[in-house]
Amino acid sequence: MTALVPYEQALEAYEPVIGLEVHVELGTNSKMFCGCPTEFGAEPNTQVCPTCLGLPGSLPVANKKAIESIIRLGLALNCSIAPWCRFARKNYFYPDMPKDFQISQYDEPICVEGYLDVEVEGKTYRIGIERVHLEEDTGKSLHVGGATGRIHGASHSLVDYNRAGIPLVEVVTKPVPGTGALAPEVAKAYVTELRDICKTLGISDVKMEQGSLRCDANVSIAPRGATEWGTRSETKNVNSLRSVERAVRHEISRQAGVLDAGGRVVQETRHFQEDSGTTVSGRSKETAEDYRYFPEPDLVPLAPSADWIEELRAALPELPTARRRRLQGDWDLTDLDMEALINAGALDSVEETVAAGASAEAARKWWLGEIARRANEDGVEVSALPITPADVAAVVALVDAGSLNDKLARQVIEGVLAGEGTPEQVVASRGLAVVSDTGALGTAVDAAIAANEGIAEKIRGGKVQAVGALVGAVMKETRGQADAATVKALILEKLGVSE
Amino acid sequence: MAITRDEVAHLARLARLDLDEAELAQMAGQLDAILGAVARVSEVASDDVPPTSHAVPLTNVLREDVVAPCLTPEQALSGAPAAQDGRFRVPRILGEEP
Repeated sequence: MTALVPYEQALEAYEPVIGLEVHVELGTNSKMFCGCPTEFGAEPNTQVCPTCLGLPGSLPVANKKAIESIIRLGLALNCSIAPWCRFARKNYFYPDMPKDFQISQYDEPICVEGYLDVEVEGKTYRIGIERVHLEEDTGKSLHVGGATGRIHGASHSLVDYNRAGIPLVEVVTKPVPGTGALAPEVAKAYVTELRDICKTLGISDVKMEQGSLRCDANVSIAPRGATEWGTRSETKNVNSLRSVERAVRHEISRQAGVLDAGGRVVQETRHFQEDSGTTVSGRSKETAEDYRYFPEPDLVPLAPSADWIEELRAALPELPTARRRRLQGDWDLTDLDMEALINAGALDSVEETVAAGASAEAARKWWLGEIARRANEDGVEVSALPITPADVAAVVALVDAGSLNDKLARQVIEGVLAGEGTPEQVVASRGLAVVSDTGALGTAVDAAIAANEGIAEKIRGGKVQAVGALVGAVMKETRGQADAATVKALILEKLGVSE
Repeated sequence: MAITRDEVAHLARLARLDLDEAELAQMAGQLDAILGAVARVSEVASDDVPPTSHAVPLTNVLREDVVAPCLTPEQALSGAPAAQDGRFRVPRILGEEP
């Protein structure tokens, strides 16, 4: 194996071009061409029927909701919707389809020529969408007898066809040049944006960990200044947003290593290895004509009317870009602030926290501060942490009411994250509350003045800024549970000094 | 244009058909005759006749997204040559390529 070239070094010599193929499993109740349910995780072969098993005499009929879903996605991706198109039969012998073919679309995809704008580091990249087509998902195979479930070396395989026939949308980008060193980030931003659009449209649950959103990343590199693009590899098995970024980054370094050593990049399918962050060569693909595509004879053509398309367009929800623009305006944030929120995956959380009564500023502070730090440490999304927007809004309310100061509020957040209950419960169980009882504070202030008579004298003499030391002493005495401004006012009052 | 022996061998491999040399030659001859017969269609088809894939003039035959009853796993697996753990058991997948 050729050595990897460090990423920065690879980018000095080469220019990457990326392309992404994303598969989205639609969240319909029934399958694409039959009435079998689509529940994830059901017992094997309990969601199958003669149609999705390809038994003789069965006939497929297309699911209207799936057709609507893909048209809505196409519209959201600024595509043209074909006035007439057909399904195609893709023939191959691989037991993940019981029919020995997959119903897909070939040269007549239902949506073509769109684009999606994504923002990375304050710059907008327009990702061209080549096509969006509809097909049926395949079954799942367990490979037995080889090392750790790998297909290589397996003695036989066991197939579950529950997934076979679930509607699957494939979104294919045009090649994306010009992203330079940001290629991995742009790839990740694109998949994230596409995921958010699908979620907003309600057409899929887009759970990468359950395989309802799957990504293949195509990468090629060419020497800087070259007029032709390099040979691309297609990396499969990219199963998280972070993996999208890592896979593209790794392929750039790997291909640079191959070219630097005087080799040639092979056009091939590669598989991303989650544990090592590398890619390994996969099986060589049959060429397109080897699939012997032909128009699916069992399904009549689709011809969505202009009226139907316009009806679907009119009913589109507010899409993520428009929503972000609106929220940014409402919250009065700069582009960079907004990007930080989005990158932290905290947009929904902040919006819900604001809806629960917190100010945008306070909500943003907690989600981007304490909570994002914790999510980062744990390597999870903020939304996966055991703290809800309602919890954060409750903490903010306690701060606003003067019952907590920032320092105590942090401890409350920490307690909620540690599973100690709601903010109110954490406050009670940890005994966290600002000491606002002036009697108790007065005693602490008297003690601080008595113990620091020299400083007190300076303050009486007009050096008001020295009060900080006394405030610090009181805060220490009350273990941080006092409100600093109240303490300061009280000290000055006792010393007979006005600010 | 005659279909070659190699083209037939390629098709046979894609269709997972094990043909010997005599069969390849025989198939090449037969396929050639079929292709010749079909080619006559293009002699009479003019530009204003689009290629037809479906004999019925229907479009948008769709069903509502409603769940219908499935087979039981026993029924589903009853026609399988081999089954194991509620799944279809198939011979090794890799290694069959020549």
